[in-house]
Amino acid sequence: MTITGQPVHRRLGMTDDEYESVLRILGRDPLPAELAMYSVMWSEHCSYKSSRAHLRRFPTEAPWVVVGPGENAGVVKLGDGWLAALRIESHNHPSFVEPYQGAATGVGGILRDVFTMGARPIALWDQIRFGPLDDPKNRYLFGGVVAGIAGYGNAVGVPTVGGEIEFAPTYSGNPLVNVMCLGILREEQLVLGTAGEPGNMAVLLGKATGRDGIGGASVLASASFDDESQEKRPSVQVGDPFEEKKLIEACLELFEAGLVAGIQDLGAAGLACAISEPAGRAGVGMDIDLDSVHVRESGMTAPELLMSESQERMMAFVHPGNVEAVLAVAEKWEIESAVVGQVKAGGTLSVRHAGEIVAELPAASLADDAPLYDRPLRRPDWLDELWATPDPSPIAPADALIRLLDDPGIGSSAWVHEQYDHMLFLNTLRGPGGDGSLLRIRGTTKGLAVSTDGNGGLCLLDPRRGAARLVFEAALNVAMTGGAPLAVVDNLNFGNPEKPEVMWQFRETIEGISEACEALGIPVVGGNVSFYNETDGVDIHPTPVVGLLGLADPIPAQLPALNRANAGMEIWEVGPEATGNLAGSALQRVVLGQLGGRPTAAQPEVAKPVIDLAASLAHQAPVLHDISSGGLAVAIAEICIASGVGAELWVEGDGRLFSEDPHRFIVVMEPGTVSLPVDLARRIGAVGGDRLSIAGAAIDLGLLTTTYRDAIPRRMRG
Amino acid sequence: MRTAVVVFPGTNCEHDVVHALRSLGGDAELVWHRETDLSDFDGVILPGGFAHGDYLRTGAIARFSPVMAEVRRVADEGAPVLGICNGFQVLCEAGMLPGALIANRDLAFICRFVEVEVTDTSTILTRNAELGQRIRIPLNSYEGNWVHPGSDARVALTYIDNPNGSQGSAAAVSNPEGNVVGVMPHPERASDELLGSSDGLVLLESFLQSLVPA
Repeated sequence: MTITGQPVHRRLGMTDDEYESVLRILGRDPLPAELAMYSVMWSEHCSYKSSRAHLRRFPTEAPWVVVGPGENAGVVKLGDGWLAALRIESHNHPSFVEPYQGAATGVGGILRDVFTMGARPIALWDQIRFGPLDDPKNRYLFGGVVAGIAGYGNAVGVPTVGGEIEFAPTYSGNPLVNVMCLGILREEQLVLGTAGEPGNMAVLLGKATGRDGIGGASVLASASFDDESQEKRPSVQVGDPFEEKKLIEACLELFEAGLVAGIQDLGAAGLACAISEPAGRAGVGMDIDLDSVHVRESGMTAPELLMSESQERMMAFVHPGNVEAVLAVAEKWEIESAVVGQVKAGGTLSVRHAGEIVAELPAASLADDAPLYDRPLRRPDWLDELWATPDPSPIAPADALIRLLDDPGIGSSAWVHEQYDHMLFLNTLRGPGGDGSLLRIRGTTKGLAVSTDGNGGLCLLDPRRGAARLVFEAALNVAMTGGAPLAVVDNLNFGNPEKPEVMWQFRETIEGISEACEALGIPVVGGNVSFYNETDGVDIHPTPVVGLLGLADPIPAQLPALNRANAGMEIWEVGPEATGNLAGSALQRVVLGQLGGRPTAAQPEVAKPVIDLAASLAHQAPVLHDISSGGLAVAIAEICIASGVGAELWVEGDGRLFSEDPHRFIVVMEPGTVSLPVDLARRIGAVGGDRLSIAGAAIDLGLLTTTYRDAIPRRMRG
Repeated sequence: MRTAVVVFPGTNCEHDVVHALRSLGGDAELVWHRETDLSDFDGVILPGGFAHGDYLRTGAIARFSPVMAEVRRVADEGAPVLGICNGFQVLCEAGMLPGALIANRDLAFICRFVEVEVTDTSTILTRNAELGQRIRIPLNSYEGNWVHPGSDARVALTYIDNPNGSQGSAAAVSNPEGNVVGVMPHPERASDELLGSSDGLVLLESFLQSLVPA
């Protein structure tokens, strides 16, 4: 894509206006390394230049927020001196190019974001979306991504305890690979990404720097500074979980001993970001000597050293008196280290290479002076037509149910999650395959309840309503294990922001998430934006993914579980009665084959009492289950399959059986053991026998079970 | 009575093992792999994980770690030495247990509960268990498929529904004396009903009761 004769800044992905800004800041022409630094730091990925104006809408404050958006991870108080650090990221594009390494390095990156805060990462969740598995390309991508998550996550020693899997044609040309990480720490262990006081030394820890992933954050491509373009083509980043494991342990030991003033991971934009952001946050400058950086390739240029995205590296800022101790900890854990610079007063970042100054610029300008775009918005013309689409004629509910259970996004996820170590650390009280996860903090009564939710079809039909419903659904899932919602992180996966329709979807989504968070009184503490998810000019469905952290204190003595239903128990539905709306439902997507209609709006005033009721029932009822993908019919079938018992469902009609209207869940209990408020709950069936009876048909439990369990394996057998 | 829980770079189950042993009243300490003196300890556990990244081959580098000479000496003196998962792989590579562990039959990582049966009650892992006792315990490995060209190995636990292709369905194997044992599933992960099973406690109790003052 190199066009000879084109100015260098354009080849680096910068507009002429952005280049003018650089000239204004420097008051002269930039040196090559300087231009490279601005190009990566001002890229969409690093600067959020198209999204920042909208992200300000999020509610971000609450008394329990310690660190909000803008740092490496959000941090909230859990009480008794405990903090949780939470972060979500996407690795969509790398995973499409190289699914194993793309997914693996995504895991590595999110872990660094969390232990940078001083937290020990205790769990991971992956939200992965692909095109249908009847296409061998999608099977290859799906298999590779799962293997990459397993290969990295298992070896680095952090359990993957849940996530989401979805298959839809919109992701065929652009799979989504999001990953969320949760860490815990004591209050006194919190570390920030700051360079601290002048005099502090910059110590680069971890893997040697190579030419991998150069310009991953921009379209730098390579030969930007000469004509040897082929030779310098950036290679795909390669993950090394063993190096990361050692790096985690070494950093946690440094934090525990109080040896660092601040620390920053090297991710997108590599060294350029890891020196400028901490300096900018602390209002200081820095002298950096690139000749001190430990490298694994010779002859790297200054721009390459500054922009390399080699994995498993951290930049620690250390009081001069502690440098020796820091290097000794690195030596113990068998990781490489190098003192590469020193913090100085003033705010100027000076970078030397081969004895010459290669960059001298205001450190804060790389972050603070990044361009800010207010891109045009337009409500899509096609939306009214989509809302007016009538549902096709219904099909027999029993057949529809079987087809839903055979969907690989609804059927059992065991093929995926049994490849992940989800038990390490002995905290996983509720692991993959249910509504939400629950992790205990050993030695306390506290449980961390977590759910992640996304739904591209729903958000296509109404991004604001859809996004709000995701937040409420996640909160209800968290309540299923006794958790009260605390904070949200979001991963906003969208198409091309230069299209006004996409920006409109984006703005609507932010509005929806904000409204729901405000209704629940919880803040957004971090997030990630992934734009340009388009192939051949076709954008993906707007796919925000919401990760919600809740606190269960105390943890229910006996947790509700899908496998605790027994013959003779009653089935109750709690929440507002479904309106029969099917817009954006799994029934439309999987069975009817077309999305249409306008999704039901969330009811903020109902959401709160329903969530509170669920959290209290988590201490009493043997079975609680959120009604979401596939509606009531799928929810009941999942209970029957897990418990190995049949049931009779007294509800009729597609709308009632398959609607995914919000704020609803199922309670299964022995008669008379739990009292439910009459205005919110109604009895809808009974547990017993070896068949599931719905709408006049009786489906054999064996058929339900094999269909559900084989949904992914039968497809992956090819 | 103290147990050394050895930590190689890349080990990740060390804290879980210490937690489970302490919950049974055991005295367990983490020992870095460069340690060359285990004379203060009465037994050794090599916990699960990915020692030295499992590079080259699982356990192939760990067998050369400085601590391994001491682990061998402790074993030769008759003290209990238990390898769990990756620790089992290390003991096989070190020649302290028969056979080797290769990739699972289906070439996929397996993390789930499995059922095993006690087939030998004279090892340091199974002395408190009943012959034929069924134990529900999590497996968590890619290279969990035990192979052995001979027929002389002592098998202490067998899988009910062989998940990984292990020869003779072996889930735990011992040396002829019964004091060095490798077990592929994780007893420490079945140490609490809240986690789904406490069946693994009988195995850890067996280990703790096998400790005699050095």
